[in-house]
Amino acid sequence: MNAEPDGSTETEDDPTPPAPLRYGAPLTDSRGQAVVHPSRDTWLEVAEAALNDGFDHLTDVTAVDFLEYPGRRDLPDGVEPQRFEVVALLSNIATRERIRMRVQVPVDDPTVPTLFDLWPGSETPEREVFDMFGISFVDHPDLCRILMPDDWVGHPLRKDYAVGRIPVQFKDQGASL
Amino acid sequence: MSVTESTDTSDEAVVDPTERVRRRGADSAVLRMSEAEAAQVGNDPHLHADDQRVLLNMGPSHPSTHGVLRLMLEMEGETVLRSKPVIGYLHTGMEKQGEQLSYMQGSTNVTRMDYASPLFTELAFSLATEKLLEIEIPERATWIRMLMCELNRLGSHFLFMATNGMDLGAVGMMIYGWREREEVIRFLEKVTGLRMNHNYIRPGGVAADLPDGWEYDIARLLEMIPPRLEEYDTLMTGQPIWRGRLQGVGAMSAEEAIALSATGPVLRSAGVPSDLRRDEPYLAYDQVEFDVIVGTYGDCYDRYAIRLNEIRESVRIIGQILEAMPSGDYRVQDKKVTPPPRARIDESMEALIHHFKIFTEGYKVPAGEVYAAVESPRGELGVYMVSDGSSHPYRMHVRAPSFVNLQTMPHLMRDGLIADGVAIISSVDPVMGEVDR
Repeated sequence: MNAEPDGSTETEDDPTPPAPLRYGAPLTDSRGQAVVHPSRDTWLEVAEAALNDGFDHLTDVTAVDFLEYPGRRDLPDGVEPQRFEVVALLSNIATRERIRMRVQVPVDDPTVPTLFDLWPGSETPEREVFDMFGISFVDHPDLCRILMPDDWVGHPLRKDYAVGRIPVQFKDQGASL
Repeated sequence: MSVTESTDTSDEAVVDPTERVRRRGADSAVLRMSEAEAAQVGNDPHLHADDQRVLLNMGPSHPSTHGVLRLMLEMEGETVLRSKPVIGYLHTGMEKQGEQLSYMQGSTNVTRMDYASPLFTELAFSLATEKLLEIEIPERATWIRMLMCELNRLGSHFLFMATNGMDLGAVGMMIYGWREREEVIRFLEKVTGLRMNHNYIRPGGVAADLPDGWEYDIARLLEMIPPRLEEYDTLMTGQPIWRGRLQGVGAMSAEEAIALSATGPVLRSAGVPSDLRRDEPYLAYDQVEFDVIVGTYGDCYDRYAIRLNEIRESVRIIGQILEAMPSGDYRVQDKKVTPPPRARIDESMEALIHHFKIFTEGYKVPAGEVYAAVESPRGELGVYMVSDGSSHPYRMHVRAPSFVNLQTMPHLMRDGLIADGVAIISSVDPVMGEVDR
């Protein structure tokens, strides 16, 4: 889209030009759609910069488990692939511009800062990601399971969670609300 | 209605210190308490020792909860203080299943999500797959998709008219809404073979061409619907009881609607002219004329009026499609994606092999990730798809508008009466198949 490579500091030594930056994070293009790749440390900064830039609508938050697909090539240089990837889709209601934020999340510490303080609408999508992938959103106001029963064990959309592995679980009568 | 005024004073008296209030700029979006905080408050005998608060469970099988939505309500008298939707009763793991099915089988799966407007999920899935495949579908297929989707929007909005009327006590309306929906569904059945879960829009085009005489059926529908809408106006729109029941109930500002990620009629009712058909034209929506219906107060009446008038706009669009339907192919002639016609299989060994390969292995889709969104009757319906280059989606996520719109509900119901809560659930119009997926 109309991405502005704002002041990249890389030198021109390496043969492939570095990915342009947007909000201080590498920007790539995926079939005509803009994608920024912040790290977990810059996740909130980039999100806030995007919000201040007019991306006032958090369309969705989702995640992907790359356990069985480690060889993907769509990450820019400097972004270390990890098992999980949290994806946030932003749109600008006025200009209808869209942007996607993708952050790599390691399996040994599956946490990401919550976007709730910037967009309260991230509340249920983040709960769904927590439920389905076991990725915790730090400082989320009400991080609990949303689609699966409260006492469910495991996170169904992880790739190591086999289909049909667990028989249907029913809650005990009189379980807490 | 004076609901908000009358409860405002009582709310001033019992300001809850632990209530989570979030401020964004000048306007604040008050959200519900977290469950941990609620438990804390509920267990503290000194806090609210003298009040009359009751925790009430509504649903999951309550006639006005549109399926299996459960609401936890904290009530004081008849006033709703806090509410929390509890969902998941219809969760069947369709996103997980989508990873097991090939792209060709995928539309069979996604069509079962939003069972009131199944064609839109098929469309979003197909558009995402086609973006990954980088194929262009024929013009006629585009227009057939548009025709079918607008008809499906009619059916879905008629269903809303029926259930909304029923929830508010206009029981006659239920029969009228179902009657009109039946007419639409009859045509969809004639084209797709099924009344719902059509699996008609598939990557590469549509499953079959329109049947002979479809123009006649559509012309008859277009003739039938406008007078029926006049009947709705007589029955509901102008009625003082109807207006009294809806106006000022569940109001929301534009800033709050955007902050809560609402889309579709819920967002438009607050005065935000956001419609993907106009803003990011997919299919051939840039070649038809229609108006985006926008509300003013963000209340239940606006949401009702928006859907009623969207029926009129859809009728307008269908009229233009009837005039402009191009001739040609109804699916792309890309041998990688489209199986050979049935007749060829009897004559050609290669066609038989090709048919067999496509139906057993499916077709391979280049690696990448993509998001495609359409404007469903409930809001922005998007599919985020990651492909690893095989014939199955590596990840297929559906951004379900009902699921996201549901989180506006605690905000809309706050400080209202429980009877208005029923109107609010109805006006958000969630389809639980899509919420739970």
